[in-house]
Amino acid sequence: MFYREAGQFKTTYAGDQAVFPILQDRAFVIAVILFAFLVVPFIADDYWFQAILIPFLVFSMAAIGLNLLTGYAGQLSLGTGGFMAVGGYMAYKMTTAFPDLNILIIFILAGLIAAVVGILFGIPSLRIKGFYLAVTTLAAQFFILWLFNKVPWFYNYFSSGVIAAPPRSVAGILVVGPASTPMVRYLVALSFVVVFTLAAKNLVRGRIGRSWMAIRDMDIAAEIIGIRPFQVKLLAFAISSFYCGVAGAMFLFLYLGSAETEAFNINVSFDVLFMIIIGGLGSILGSFLGAAFITLLPILLTNLPPHLGFSMPIDLQSHIEVITFGALIIFFLIVEPHGLARLWQIGKEKLRLWPFPY
Amino acid sequence: MANGKKIGDVLLSVQNINLSFGGVQALVDVSFDVRKHEIFAIIGPNGAGKSSMLNVINGFYHPQGGTITYRGVTRARMRPHEAARQGIARTFQNIALFKGMSTLDNIMTGRNTLMSSNFVLQALHWGPAWKEEKAHREMAEEIIDFLQIEAIRKTPTGRLPYGLQKRVELGRALAAEPDLLLLDEPMAGMNLEEKEDMCRFILDVNDEFGTTIALIEHDMGVVMDISDRVAVLDYGRKIAEGTPGEVRVNQDVIDAYLGVSHD
Repeated sequence: MFYREAGQFKTTYAGDQAVFPILQDRAFVIAVILFAFLVVPFIADDYWFQAILIPFLVFSMAAIGLNLLTGYAGQLSLGTGGFMAVGGYMAYKMTTAFPDLNILIIFILAGLIAAVVGILFGIPSLRIKGFYLAVTTLAAQFFILWLFNKVPWFYNYFSSGVIAAPPRSVAGILVVGPASTPMVRYLVALSFVVVFTLAAKNLVRGRIGRSWMAIRDMDIAAEIIGIRPFQVKLLAFAISSFYCGVAGAMFLFLYLGSAETEAFNINVSFDVLFMIIIGGLGSILGSFLGAAFITLLPILLTNLPPHLGFSMPIDLQSHIEVITFGALIIFFLIVEPHGLARLWQIGKEKLRLWPFPY
Repeated sequence: MANGKKIGDVLLSVQNINLSFGGVQALVDVSFDVRKHEIFAIIGPNGAGKSSMLNVINGFYHPQGGTITYRGVTRARMRPHEAARQGIARTFQNIALFKGMSTLDNIMTGRNTLMSSNFVLQALHWGPAWKEEKAHREMAEEIIDFLQIEAIRKTPTGRLPYGLQKRVELGRALAAEPDLLLLDEPMAGMNLEEKEDMCRFILDVNDEFGTTIALIEHDMGVVMDISDRVAVLDYGRKIAEGTPGEVRVNQDVIDAYLGVSHD
């Protein structure tokens, strides 16, 4: 009833190709962004920032990165954790080597280094497809973590092997480090996510997004209409790894504060993959829904039983978490391969007719 | 049906092509010329090597012997995407659309080779990239108008019926503004009405855009009606070439199609 696209006629191609061609969508997204920037900082407490909002934003970023590669370009990757580690460690190395360089620029530079690493590990994708490619990206995951453990230069020769985010300020405000407030870190993470989501959205609806999807849907036909598979796949690896690298830097500097390689282990890769499967392959919105789901479910499982008046042992809780993920992934792969994003879309289509569905 | 259109010089010259897969000789010493603006048909019984011939032309197969001269340049071994950049587009016998993408996106993808903005500009959706996108959208819409598929421009092609998918695939090939269009059985599996539509589109493309067309087709009525010249393949060899009228009465062709008694 309230969600009407009828009557919204497009008279220009520019209007038809806008990010959100439908007025209600546009208003909704703007409202959400304004709410996140202007209202949330005043109503959320530190627990919300630290345990819910910041990890959600960090994993959204990583999920968008993997979704560009897997959901749009069709190249399965299990190296997300490794590429995030590159971002985290490189940001750490750079900010300790050049303490005066703006930390936000360092995040971008760390992303660029991750992009180069991503290109290197993307080279096999010209010959290898599907599950076999996933296995070669698994090599990236293990090799990168092994390297960061093995070579002390990467963690500045600290005997503990732990890297910690040093305090850094931007424009006089402490942004990262142990003394920074969760609210500031949240706003930094939010700004990154908003900007790079828009960039991702622009990429996937333009020429590059179309060449990615062409490679995904039918690589032979893509080549015959003039798309160079090697170039396009490597670009997908580069941009995806850039997103993962920035997410890794955010993970270390804005969320964890200090970490060792274990923080970026294979489980991170799997979690991000689950996010895009549950959220929706080939959908930017799906990356957010999946990230929200995977980061919120454990918190829900921790907090719900006490509210209901019984206690759940920690180990049972984590078992239930794994069982739920597994069941849901099977459910989504069978019932709705396009994930939560598709359910959302179906909901919108129903809402167009509601309450007169005839 | 040469309706006064100008058939020009040789656009594509195929000389003495030999192609074999292991012990199977798919093409033996095949030669023919395709001239500008003509509709050139390749016919032959099943397994005669027609599709292999198209695959050789657009660089998908690499023949063991022979030369291919396109626009006066004899080419070395090349990849399909290089052929596409030189202006050779094609459709497939089994539809090869991007099924997850809308009709419009499929056609826009056909124009990819003509677009050039880099990914940074695209991510920012800035100036040149945005202008380019709009300009190409207009061209894509012209093709959509031409093929009368306005109503399905936002529909994912995987959901379309077969006849429309064939039409969208033709649109995607046309979107690249090719000089040479290769059609692999454009009318396979269609009913009479759809065939008539497709014939009309092919003739219009040839007429309005001046595109040279090389096609494979099994429907003899169609071939004889729309082609300027026909080459007949049988067991990988060319057994006849000429106008439809000449080919129709050629004894070798009749034997190949009807069989011949060995007594």
